[in-house]
Formats: sequence, structure tokens, C-alpha cells
Amino acid sequence: MSKVIKSAGESAEEIIEWGESRDIETCFERAEKLKQCPIGETGACCKVCHMGPCRLIGKNAEEEARGVCGATLPTVAARNMLRMIAAGTAAHSDHARDMAMTLLAVAEGEAKDFRITDVKKLYRVAGILEIEFEGRPVNDVAKDVATMFIEDFGRQKGEINYCKRAPKKTRERWEKWGITPRGIDREVVEALHRTNIGVDHEPDHLLTHGLKVALADGWGGCMISTDITDILFGTPKPIKAEASFGIFKEDEVNLIVHGHEPTLAEMIVDVSSEPELVEYSKSKGAKGINIGGMCCTANEVLMRHGIPTAGGFTNQELGIMTGLIDAMTVDVQCIMPAIAEVSKKFHTKVITTSEKAKMPGAVHVQYDEHRAKEVAREIIRMACDNYPNRTTEGSHISRKAPLIGGFSHEYIEYMQGGKWRASFRPLNDAIMAGRIRGVVGLAGCDNPRVASTGIHKFLAVELIKNDVLICSTGCGSAACATAGYLTPEMALEHAGPGLREVCEAIGIPPILHLGACVDNSRILTIVSAMAHEGGLSDEIGGMPAVGIAPEWMSEKAIAIGCYFAASGVPCIFGGESPVGASKEVTKIMTEVWMERYRGALHFEPDPEKMLALALDYIDKARENLKLRKYEPGKFGAERVLMDMAARREIEKTAAAHAGVGGINESGN
Amino acid sequence: MSKIIASAAIRAANTLFNRAEEMLEKAIAEKGKEFVFEFPDTAFYLPQIYAMTAFPVKTLADMKVALEMAREMLHDEPEEKLWKPYLGEALDSGMATLFAEEIILALRYIDGLEPVTDPETGYVYNGFITDTIQRNLGIQLVDGRMPGFAAIIGAAPDDDTAEKIVRELQEKNILTFLSGMAKDKNGNVTNVTRQLLRKKVELGWDTYIVPLGPDTEHTLYALSWSIRASMIFGGNKPGDYKAHLKYTKDRVFAFAMVLGELNDIIWSTGAGAINMGYPAICDTDVPVIHPTGVCTYEEVETELDHNKIVQRAFEVRGLKVTVAKPPIPVSYGPAFEGERIRKEDMFIEFGGNRTPAFEWVRTKELEEIEDGKVTLVGADIEERFKAGGMMPLAIVIDVAGRKMQKDFEAIIERKLHHNINEAQGLWHMGQRDIVWMRISNQAYKDGITLEHIGVIHNTMTHNRFKEIVDKIQTTLYFDEKDVLELQDQARAVYKERDHRLAGLTDESVDTYYSCLLCQSFAPSHVCVISPERVGLCGAYNWLDTKAAFQIDPTGGNQPIKKGEVLDEKEGRWAGVDEYLKANSAGAIESLNLYTIMDNPMTSCGCFECIVAIIPEANGIMLVQRGHTGMTPVGMKFSTLAGTVGGGTQNPGFMGIGVNFITSKKFLFADGGIKRIVWMTKNLKERIAEDFKQRCEEEGVPDLLDKIADETIAEDSEKLMEYLTNAGHPALEMDPMF
Repeated sequence: MSKVIKSAGESAEEIIEWGESRDIETCFERAEKLKQCPIGETGACCKVCHMGPCRLIGKNAEEEARGVCGATLPTVAARNMLRMIAAGTAAHSDHARDMAMTLLAVAEGEAKDFRITDVKKLYRVAGILEIEFEGRPVNDVAKDVATMFIEDFGRQKGEINYCKRAPKKTRERWEKWGITPRGIDREVVEALHRTNIGVDHEPDHLLTHGLKVALADGWGGCMISTDITDILFGTPKPIKAEASFGIFKEDEVNLIVHGHEPTLAEMIVDVSSEPELVEYSKSKGAKGINIGGMCCTANEVLMRHGIPTAGGFTNQELGIMTGLIDAMTVDVQCIMPAIAEVSKKFHTKVITTSEKAKMPGAVHVQYDEHRAKEVAREIIRMACDNYPNRTTEGSHISRKAPLIGGFSHEYIEYMQGGKWRASFRPLNDAIMAGRIRGVVGLAGCDNPRVASTGIHKFLAVELIKNDVLICSTGCGSAACATAGYLTPEMALEHAGPGLREVCEAIGIPPILHLGACVDNSRILTIVSAMAHEGGLSDEIGGMPAVGIAPEWMSEKAIAIGCYFAASGVPCIFGGESPVGASKEVTKIMTEVWMERYRGALHFEPDPEKMLALALDYIDKARENLKLRKYEPGKFGAERVLMDMAARREIEKTAAAHAGVGGINESGN
Repeated sequence: MSKIIASAAIRAANTLFNRAEEMLEKAIAEKGKEFVFEFPDTAFYLPQIYAMTAFPVKTLADMKVALEMAREMLHDEPEEKLWKPYLGEALDSGMATLFAEEIILALRYIDGLEPVTDPETGYVYNGFITDTIQRNLGIQLVDGRMPGFAAIIGAAPDDDTAEKIVRELQEKNILTFLSGMAKDKNGNVTNVTRQLLRKKVELGWDTYIVPLGPDTEHTLYALSWSIRASMIFGGNKPGDYKAHLKYTKDRVFAFAMVLGELNDIIWSTGAGAINMGYPAICDTDVPVIHPTGVCTYEEVETELDHNKIVQRAFEVRGLKVTVAKPPIPVSYGPAFEGERIRKEDMFIEFGGNRTPAFEWVRTKELEEIEDGKVTLVGADIEERFKAGGMMPLAIVIDVAGRKMQKDFEAIIERKLHHNINEAQGLWHMGQRDIVWMRISNQAYKDGITLEHIGVIHNTMTHNRFKEIVDKIQTTLYFDEKDVLELQDQARAVYKERDHRLAGLTDESVDTYYSCLLCQSFAPSHVCVISPERVGLCGAYNWLDTKAAFQIDPTGGNQPIKKGEVLDEKEGRWAGVDEYLKANSAGAIESLNLYTIMDNPMTSCGCFECIVAIIPEANGIMLVQRGHTGMTPVGMKFSTLAGTVGGGTQNPGFMGIGVNFITSKKFLFADGGIKRIVWMTKNLKERIAEDFKQRCEEEGVPDLLDKIADETIAEDSEKLMEYLTNAGHPALEMDPMF
């Protein structure tokens, strides 16, 4: 029997094998040993009260199975789904809340180590929030912005501020079906209330609220976090970086920032070049301090500073197993408690930093935004102190891949026309002309239950071969980055002829790294901008765009998939469906949602079928938009030659103005 | 690939920026920071910079500020491998290049190096393009006579190819700018200007071929000129760069044709042009950029075949040019209208007080005409023509058509001038019985015959008036006796026509006509043309528009039912207001045809002259396009024009056609011609005869003498002094406000 491939990442696989030969257990082995519970996996297990857990299984379970309280399978499956959405939303949004609180602290002068790095972005955001900014002190504007965002969490009535960024028609659908979110916390709390024993039992009713919660995540939590992070630390623009385990340096102190929140990581990056600390590292025998990232903190600091990434979720134990990490800071989300365990076999110090998250076996250094740099320095010193403890033990893998990341909404707009004529016109044009078949957001986690990162890699190559432009985030980006796919050369070698032409014209990789998983919000604003630009769909729904999370595992991914579906983007998730036990719930999340919101959430374990489904969605959208049929290698804009009469008919846009120094202007 | 282009553009932007900085430092050291500069005859300072940033560069110190703006647009070249995106950066570099070039050219003006005199040929290039030229060309830009613009950079492989390409552009009515240098096929460094000069091609605005200068940088003159259209006609504000770039992309059909090898500066200037939506077509094997969205279609394209390059350029720019060409052995089109035929180049002439000659269009019944027929009447015509010199000539054109009206005869007749003049090697002047026509030696050699005169009229009349002329025939008389006899008949008809026209008043018709031709450039402007108010460009009167509507019922001239009279004195009608609301993109609610003070007519930008109020004189002044001196309102024409154009109502300021001055409806509600306190000498002379008559009618026979001009006053103080001494009636009239 041939050996089961655990990770599709070459270096990862080598480390896994190296570990296996030394009886070091990782998530890969545990996934193999610990089969998923088939009842829970498909959403048929209800444990919301202690009359249960109830298993809703058996022949005709959909119609006949009942829990002790009488709950049907569709009710249970829908309830489980809603709880996942609520948990995912809570995670992103609590992260966003911290960002908003930090911005407020900075504006009020309480967090002296931070500053408003991107004033332009602050003004842009203020403009959207209709906050006066011209001629006002920057911190005053920042305070108003922070305060308005903070209101989004506790609002009881009305709607979340950023809802207005969505196209009008998309918002009308939300209004029609009652899913415009009010306040982030309120929607999450209501979700927990509704799924409490004996409250909401109608599957569609439950799932409709699920979408409302999800929208609070996408257009609330995630978007707030992205924008505040840009304001505080700079809006990303293209930057060169490296990925995979080879980023660790044999002769320097390797400090890895792992988790999701960027604030402490930013401070660590900032102080790591301070001469005293560099000297300190040298006093410990190292040649310097090497900061690397992991998971989504990696994406945050990579996008803004080119800090290299050791990879995504499933690389966290493997990184420690290289034997080269002197310290790893972690904060929140996607931190495996296993790292503390595995670190015992090496010299690595695992440092928890969030007041929300501690871990047995780890050292805790409490992060505090009021003394952020001090904490950062303390952590770096701890890493330096640990450097002399490094032994030769470890896999010492040195392979790495270069990449170009840093594609924010703002830069994507800029790259299509420069400072003066930045727009989404070229992208829309390219889609209309058939150069680009469609756009896929390739995102979500990597997962040890499949050959980890393998489906990301498969889809990435196949999609670009089919002239599909990819926007990637989170661990999807890490999967592509460690595979060496995030390079402009990738377009020349692997993209279809139309996509290649576009990539060549702009100079971009065919896969655009948009940031952390919280930055999926960038995709929302990009698709909104495409709708606004015209020529495609006038709402998010109906665009030749699909979201794919092929290896998802986190509840956050479910929240993301649902906010895309509610916004009008069909999503395809890998693995077995967590609502697969119920036909009714599956139907609601696909057909019914498609009808109402022009989005859907599918679960499809087969990578080939995922690809086919995605391309089918794209081609159908093209057909509905009456765009030219996609044919590889055949594209071009419909050429309309303009005579004088045609020019007079050009959209009459010019508005009257007072003239240059004219009499009108002086008010006479 | 595109990276090569981007790298070149980014590199050259840095080079030019450094050169501009160096030149500027030197100029400041020599002349001081406060040294004032302005380009000739423009209200837009350094127009490219002003349009993009709203920053008015007036001094060397200002240039430094503007150059700093360019610095922010400089970037590093993309790397060999693992490059970062470069398109946005290259486009920025292109704009930085245009800023730097504009400053370099301004500094060269200060040093007296512009316009350039070609060291090889002595030819003086055009240099900076003035605002006046843009306004002069106004109507041609919109009526199809000048549908597009080519900027040819470099040199053709040989002189013949240069001429071939430019002739083709001329035939397609494209205004062609020339700049730059390149190697021809023999490796000699030259340019299209020199190549055309060697081919004795007439250069200049009249022939649509404008050499700007021998460097690539001179292309900027064309770009900075084209972006002014957005401010002059488009009504877009300085600094509203998004509006400007959208305007140039959607409405200014310009493209670059790069002949010969490219260098960094060409790429970089090209990147600047691409910002404006102007693509480049190259005749060498260079990288291409095909994805669309910055330009309407391709950004950079190649066409190695010089026989196809013009056509390819049109496709790439999305330009449709329909030209009617009569079957004659010479080139044809408005670009040839401007050619002169000097005496020594002349083969034969007609009229011009040398021989009797006239032109006459008559309406006949359909069955009386054999369509397309040309008849030559006279003795020994062939021999006399071959001998050259001069001949008498009567051109009698019979037209028939179901929609033909007597009133249209004069309109068809007025086009006879263009019919002939647009033929290369044929020249025409005047109309009716004061015509003068010449045929050049070259045209005769090319095979032009007398019959061709008829052929041209038949073809072009059909073409121009296809909806109203169903049949046409032309008879040419060459014997003096015939000519004189028919001339008497024609004169009787001319007289009758003039009489009828004189009786045509605003009150005598129930329909006015709109002119929306300029909406291709000025989207919110509507001209309302009444029998007593000619279009502000001077090109269209009420009869013209009436005929134009017949010719093309969905075209640029539409009937406006006057409807209920809302204000007789000020000239306001319910129908007119309704029409304006619907057709001005919502910009105009109401119009008073007879006053300048309250909801006056808007302007596209190509008005013949400006009426401006002088409050202290209780009157108005008149200045025509092209007058470069100061006026008593303290603004030159070019600056004043900025306050009037772009389709906005500006009480106290208005653009008009010259002939409107002598209309009885001229500022009727404000007191008419008695309000005129100042007008240029040029205008005084142009309208003298009719104006004197109007003065008689108004009971102020000596008014013209009481009106000041630039020789009397160029400022308010002197003007008031003169008016007081002269006892100008305006001083005694009711206040204008």
C-alpha cells in the first residue's frame, strides 16, 4: 500500500515524516487516528440541552427522527449551522472590537506606541462614514471614526455603518428578506438565544438569521478590522516576501508571530531593529533577530512589511519541529494547543499574549496596548535568551519560495490606472472581453484531513489555467505562497492566454494575496466596486465570481461563506457538509439562498467537482450578463467605432459649474 | 512584453524630471524665483498641470511646486525577476513626464528657444498651441470635419511613405501633429516634418498638418491642448482630473502614431498620453498592450504595413470617419480647403473680377432633371481649357426633391464653396456673383477636367443634402455672353431671396431650432437658433438648421416649438424652456433669448465673440476670438472665455455669433445696441455697414463713434472718461441691474 500523503507541501511532508520517525505526533497523525464523528460531522447531533446529546439518525431521519424535545433533523442541522456562524462572527468581530478600541486609545493619546500611519485611508473611511475631516486634527477624526465603529457592536436599532458600502440592489435584497444587520453583538446574542433549547425551530427562519449574523461579520467585524488595521499600520501595497520553513535562520534569533491580531506583531516588527535589541541578540551568540509569521498574523505583517511567513494553520507544529524557532508568540484563533506539547520536545518557547487566550505549557506575557513596545521588547529578549538553548535537534528544512503580496482594495484600484485614473474599468473590461473568465476568492483554512494545502494548490493551478483571476486570503494565501504560486512569473507559466495578457499588462501574479482571513472584507468592497463600475452586474449577485474554501475547518470560515452568500456570491466549501444530514437545510443554503440573494453555500469534497461547479457558476453568470462566451485564447472587446452622432449620445454627465472666476462664483 | 514599456516609461520620467529640475534651478539662479512666465494666449497657465491639479503656475517658484508634484509620481523600475506590478506606476510616470515636459518647454520659451526653428530647413515649428486655435476650430471639431487627431512622432522610412500616411490622414479629415525625430530607412535622423517639406506638402493649420517641434517632448503641446477641451467645452473644473481624463478618453479621438524606433522618452510620453485615453500605434516590432480599460481599446499596438497603419489606428481608437469623395483624380477633404494656389502654381482661373463668373442653385421639378448629369456649354471649351489662363464660368445647378424648399437653395449654394475648395489643387473663394476659382498646375497634371467641377458639385450636393435632394444636374457655361445673360437672371433671384430673408423675424415663425452639434464636446450646451439669432459659432442660422433637420431628422438640429410666450420682451417661451430642460442634461431650466442679465444663453466654447457687462459704464463690451489684448473688464479674451464656456449660464457674460450684433433682437430687453460701450476695432470694421444701418434705425446715427475700442481704452478708467466726453447714450439709460 502506498503511503498516505499528509501534506501537499513538500517541506511540510518532509517534516511530518521526520517527526514520525521520531514519534513526534502532529495534527496529521491525530486526524488519521481520530475519525470524525459521522453524526456530528453532518449536523445531526444536537447538544444544546442536557436531555441530549440527541442523534437524529436512521432511515428517513429527515422526516422521522426527533430529539427528546421533538426537534427535527432540519431544525437541529439549521441550529448547529447558526451556532457556527455566530461563533465565527464573534471571533472576527471581537478581534475587530479590539482594533477599534486601539484606534480610540491612539486617538485619545493613550496608546503612545501607535500612530495613525495612513491618514489618507483614515480620511477615506471618514468620508464613507460621513465624518467631517477637512481642516480637523487627525486624532479628532480618528476618535470619531473609532467611536462610530464601536457603536456598530452595541447598536440595538438601525443598521451597521458599512452596509451602505454595498450596491443598492444588494441592500434591497437584504431589506426585503430582513437580514440587514443592526448591531454585531446583538445579532450574535440573538443567534445564541434562538438556538437555546426551545426557541426557534423553523430551519429557514434560523438560517435567515444566520445570514443576518454573517452580514454583521462581513460588513461589520471583518471590514472594520481591515480598515482600522490599514489606518493604524498602513494600507498594503505590493511587497516582496518569502514563504515556507526556509525563512528561519540558522544563525539568528527566530521569533515567530502566530495568530490573528496584528497589533502586538506590528510592535515586535517595529522594535526588532532597535540597536539595543540587535546587540542583545548578539550578546547571546546570534547574528541578529529574524521575525517570521504564521497563520494570519503572518499575513498582516507580510502585507505591510514583507515579513516572511512560515505558512498556514497546519504548519504551526511543523515549524517548531524544525528546531529553529526560539520563541513563538500566539494570541487568538487557530492556535493549536498542541504546540505547547510539541514545543516540549524542542527548545521553543510558546508565549501566549492575549488576555482572552491562555494555554497550559505556555508562558504568558500579557499584551497591553498602553505599553505595547515594552511588551514587544520583553518578548524579543525572551526569544534571544532562549537562542543559546537551541540544539541541533530538528528537521532544519531550508526550502522557501519568494512571493509578491500586498494587494489591498486601494492598490488593486491603483494598479489598474495609476494615481489619476485608478478604477476597476480594466478588470471589468477584461471580464467582459473574455480575457478573464471570472474571479474566484480562494480562501479559508488548510486542513490535515486532506493532503493539506493540496486542494488549494490544485484549484489555484486549474483556475488560472482557465483564465480565472484569484484573490486569496488567509491560509489559502499561505498555501499558494509556500507552493511558490504568488509570483508574477506564475502568470507567464501557468495562466490561460487571456489572464496572462492582463497579468502581463499590469505586472501582477495571477493570484492576488489580499491579506488575512479577516481581510475577505476586501473582496466585498472589490466586488462592490466592480458593480459600481458598470458593464457587469449592478449588484454583487450575478457577478462571474465564486468563493471557495476547499480545506475549511474553522467556524470563522462558515461565517465568511455565509456573508458572501448573503451578499450574492456563491461559495463552495470542501469536505463533508456540516448540514449534510438534512436535505431541507441543504436546499435552503443552495437553491433558496440563490433565489433570494443570488449566493449559496455548497459543500463538495471532490476537488474536480469543486472546480467544475465554480466554472459552471462563472459561465452561467457570464451568460446571464450576456457577456461573450468564454473561449480560451479568443477574446477582445466589441469594437464600436464612433462617428459624431454617436459621440453626442455619450452619457450626458457634465454638470453645470460656476466657471473660472466667473460672475456666478462671486455671487453677483 | 509590457514590462519593457513600463521600465522605459519609468526610466524616462526620472530622466526628464532631473532635466527639468536642473533647468529650473538654472533659470531661478539667473532670473530669480519671482520671474513671471505665461505661454502665449492661454488662460490656463501651464495647461496640463493646471488641468490635472488646479495649480496655476505663474512664476518660476510655482514651477518648482509643480515639479515637486511630479516627483511624487516617480517610481523605481520593475525588477528583472519577481517584479512588483508596474502599470499604475508607469502611468504615473507618464503623467510625471508630461509635467516635466511642460516645465521644460516653458523654460525653453523663457530662453527664446521655442518655437523651434529647424536648423536643417529653417522651418519654424508651431510651438505652444493657443486657446484661440481651439475655439477657432470649435465647429469643425463637432460637425465631422475634424473627427480625430493624430500625433505622429518620429520619421517614416522614406519621404514618400511620410507623404502617403499624412495624405491619407488629410483625406480622412484628421488633424495631424508632428514631433520628434527618428532614423529613416537609410539611417538618417530626420522627421516627418522634414520629409513632408521635401515633398513640398503645404504645412499648417489650414491643411491639418501642424509640426509642433523636432523633439518628442513637443508632443506635449498637443496633449496640453487637448486637455483644455475638457475645460473649454466640457465645462470641467481645473483639478477635476477624473473628469478631464474621462472627457479626453470618451470625446477627444486622438492617437499617437510612432514611426521609427522608440526610445524611453517616447514610451514615457506615450504613457502620459495613455492616461488620457490616447493609444499608440507603432510601425516597428515593439511589445504591445492589448487589455482594455485604460484606453477604450488597445493601449499599444503595432502595424508594420504603412498601407494599413492609418486604418489600424482608427480601429484602435474606435474612430469612425465617413468621408464622401467625388470620383476625381485628386485628394479630397476639408484638410485640403486651406491650401492656397499662388499665381505661379495656377493653371487656370475663373471669376475674381478677371472674368465674369457666378454660381446659382435652382429648384426644378423631378422630371426636368437627369440625375448626375454634367453639361458643358460653350465654344471650343476643350482647347480653351488646355491653354490655361482664365475663362468665364457660370455654374447653374438644378436640384429637385420631394422635400426640397425654395429656402434651401441658398444653403445648398453656400456649400458650393466647400465642394470645390476641398479638392486638392482646386481653390475657391466668395459666392454668388463674386466667386473666384483656381485650378493648380498640379491638379491639371493629375487629370482634373472642367467636367469634374460638375461632378464634384453633383456628388457632394447629393451627399450633403441626401434627404432633400433627390436629383441634381449641373450645367457649366463658358461663353461670356451666356454667362452674363444668366447672371442677370441669377441676380434677380439673389435679390428676391435677400428680401425674403430680411422679412424673416422671430415673431414670424412658430418653430426655432436647436443646435446640439457641440454636445459631442460640451454635453450640457444647447444652442437655440431663431431667425434673428444666429448660432454662437456663426456657422448656423435658422434656415441652415431648418434644412439640416430636413436632411437628418434625428441629427444635431431639432425643431423647438416656441409654445406659449412667457415674456415677450426678454424672449422666453414655454416650449423653449421645456426643450432645454430635457436636452441640457438637466443643467438649464430656462432661457431668455433677448437679455444677457437673466438666464442668458449658454456657450459650448466656440463662440465668435463675447459680450461682457461693464457695470460702471452701464453697458457692455464686445471682443472677438483671437483678440489678444486687454479689455476694459480687466480680462483678456482667453480668460473671459473661461468664464463663459462649458454650457453654463453666466449672467452678464455670453458668447455670440458676430452677426447677432446687428440683429434687432441683440440684447433687446437690455436696450439693444445702445448698450455697446466698447468693441474691438476689428469688429467695428467687420460689421460697419450693417451696424450703421441699425444705428439709424435706433435713432443714434453717430453711435459707432461713441463706442470705444482698444486704441481708445483698454481699462475701465479711460473708458469712462471717453464715454463721458462722447456722451454715450448708455450712461443715460436705465441701470442694467
